[in-house]
Amino acid sequence: MGRLSAENVVVAREIIGRYPVGRSALIPLCHLAQEQHGWLTPAAMAHIAELVGVTPAEVLGTASFYEMFKLHPVGRYVINVCTSIACHLTGGDELLEHAEATLGIRAGGTTADQMFSLEGYECIAACTEAPCLQVNYRYFTRLSNAGFDALIDDLRAGRRAEEVPPHGTLSRVRQRLDPERRAGAASPKGGEAPVWIAAGRPALEPGP
Amino acid sequence: MHAGTWRGHTLITDRQPIITARFGHDDAHTLARYEATGGYQGLRAALARRPEDVAGEVKGASLLGRGGAGFPAGVKWGFCPPGVWPRYVVVNGDESEPGTYKDRMLMERDPHQLIEGVLIACYAVGAAQAFLYVRGEMALAQERIAAALNEAQAAGYVGRSILGTGFSVDVVLHWGAGAYIVGEETALIESLEGERGMPRLKPPYFPAAIGLYQQPTIVNNVETLANLPWIMVNGGEAFAALGAESSKGMRMFSVSGHVKRPGVFEVEFGVTTFRDLIYAPVYCGGIRHGNGLKAFIPGGASAPWFYEEHLDLPLEAGAVGQAGSMLGSGAVVVMDDTTDMVRAAHRVVRFFARESCGKCTPCREGTSWLEKILQRIIDGQGRPRDVDMLLDVCDNISPGIAWPPRQTTICPLGPSAVSPIASAVMRFRDEFERYVGAPVTTTVAVKGAAFTARAPEGAGV
Repeated sequence: MGRLSAENVVVAREIIGRYPVGRSALIPLCHLAQEQHGWLTPAAMAHIAELVGVTPAEVLGTASFYEMFKLHPVGRYVINVCTSIACHLTGGDELLEHAEATLGIRAGGTTADQMFSLEGYECIAACTEAPCLQVNYRYFTRLSNAGFDALIDDLRAGRRAEEVPPHGTLSRVRQRLDPERRAGAASPKGGEAPVWIAAGRPALEPGP
Repeated sequence: MHAGTWRGHTLITDRQPIITARFGHDDAHTLARYEATGGYQGLRAALARRPEDVAGEVKGASLLGRGGAGFPAGVKWGFCPPGVWPRYVVVNGDESEPGTYKDRMLMERDPHQLIEGVLIACYAVGAAQAFLYVRGEMALAQERIAAALNEAQAAGYVGRSILGTGFSVDVVLHWGAGAYIVGEETALIESLEGERGMPRLKPPYFPAAIGLYQQPTIVNNVETLANLPWIMVNGGEAFAALGAESSKGMRMFSVSGHVKRPGVFEVEFGVTTFRDLIYAPVYCGGIRHGNGLKAFIPGGASAPWFYEEHLDLPLEAGAVGQAGSMLGSGAVVVMDDTTDMVRAAHRVVRFFARESCGKCTPCREGTSWLEKILQRIIDGQGRPRDVDMLLDVCDNISPGIAWPPRQTTICPLGPSAVSPIASAVMRFRDEFERYVGAPVTTTVAVKGAAFTARAPEGAGV
């Protein structure tokens, strides 16, 4: 329980292969585990350690530095209300207070039905559309209190499922590095100048 | 774009934008639209020249880094020690500075332009692999870049033997997991190596010399790289002809806070002023509800605040630096005359306290002390001597409270928290006095020009 699925192990090995040094895949693999479980389980961290060749403590050491990795279960929808300076000036604090009242939890908490976690967050880079928030890192901007309540109703009723995947899923498009077309990971022990540098002339000969 | 005159001089909004030119198209993120609007012609132009000539062209453009520090990109490239291989290119897309959201726009709306810029940089410096580090919280940017990289690889723009030549490089999409400090280039490299994102000491760890996996590494900001395709098509000289002596070209500014129409605008350096940006009808259209201006942050949360008397300064690194602040990340945050400046300072300082990585004592302890003292003042528990204590803590984080700030720490995050305190205490002391209920005297000397700026007679601040 809590380890990466067989399918995700295949994905994980492909991700590790993108990097010259396997440890660079540590953060991407923590995201992959969080996508599978909704949070970063101890078993997943131990599994990632095996795949990357480090200790579970090293995985925890890295993961615990980053705000997005949840070391305890969170709601299906994590709502981050921005209260940084631009949103502070334009109603972000009031929006967070309203969110606490609507959901019946304080910032930092999760609803009893495990549907929503609420956080007061630092700048999410949507300042010209303040006040704003993210649900599972999808933007909702220029929100009124009524707009917030409508969003919660929609999420509860499953009407935003297309737009907002469950917590843990970030990009729904995976980069494909086609073995036929990829240049490959560049080992730091290379030592040689790349061919287009060594050639000493333009890579593309000027046309006739 | 709109053309027009405003306060006697011509607005440059009729100037053809460089990097936001495709923002009008809903499908600007697709390869089809990108190719139909001149896409990947800059890469072709670059590959038709020798790598060192491409680097020379960028150096000639005097393209300043658009991340915040404003270091010339072409000069940075030249710092790679000769003969040391492999080299890497790392794209800094970890935009998190409060008030800033230009890189997110560029990544979401024109990802191919960024990829093309990355490829030009890789060709010029001889990078064997590139890593595109996107902020973790930006799911749409990650999706758009992943899709664009897949399209570009299928079309032969990325990967092995690009455009049928001997130039081969993979661009690997990577994203973070929530940490502002990772926007600092050495912390970003640590993070990319699977570590906690804590900055490295410079020297010796200047990335161009000792970077990713201890190899020469060029770390460039998203907006910086997005300018490269245009420079390759139009020439560095054409780019350097735009803007002002100390800042060439165009720049994206994100304007937020108490303005009528907040937004992100690409404007020419030097020609446009803060007054244009905040008041001109084609930009933000003035302060909300017809209120007066109290202060504005000219370049991200780390920047000393500016006031009414700074409005006519041109958007140019030199002029803004002389006045004691910076253009930084291009984030302008406007505060009207209803703003509680003690609370505003607290909100900015809280950000740095939360985001301190904890490595250096003056930053780890200092920023959280500043936050706690401000919170105490706001809660009505403040003592008159707390205000001097705020400055004293600032003086320990950044001795002299000068501009540019002195540093007692490995990276500039700690000294960044000094600006909002020094700005608020020096200019709005009466607001602190109202909170603590008594006159306030301070003994710590403050030197920065913007901190000590005096309101002109009758300015009504």
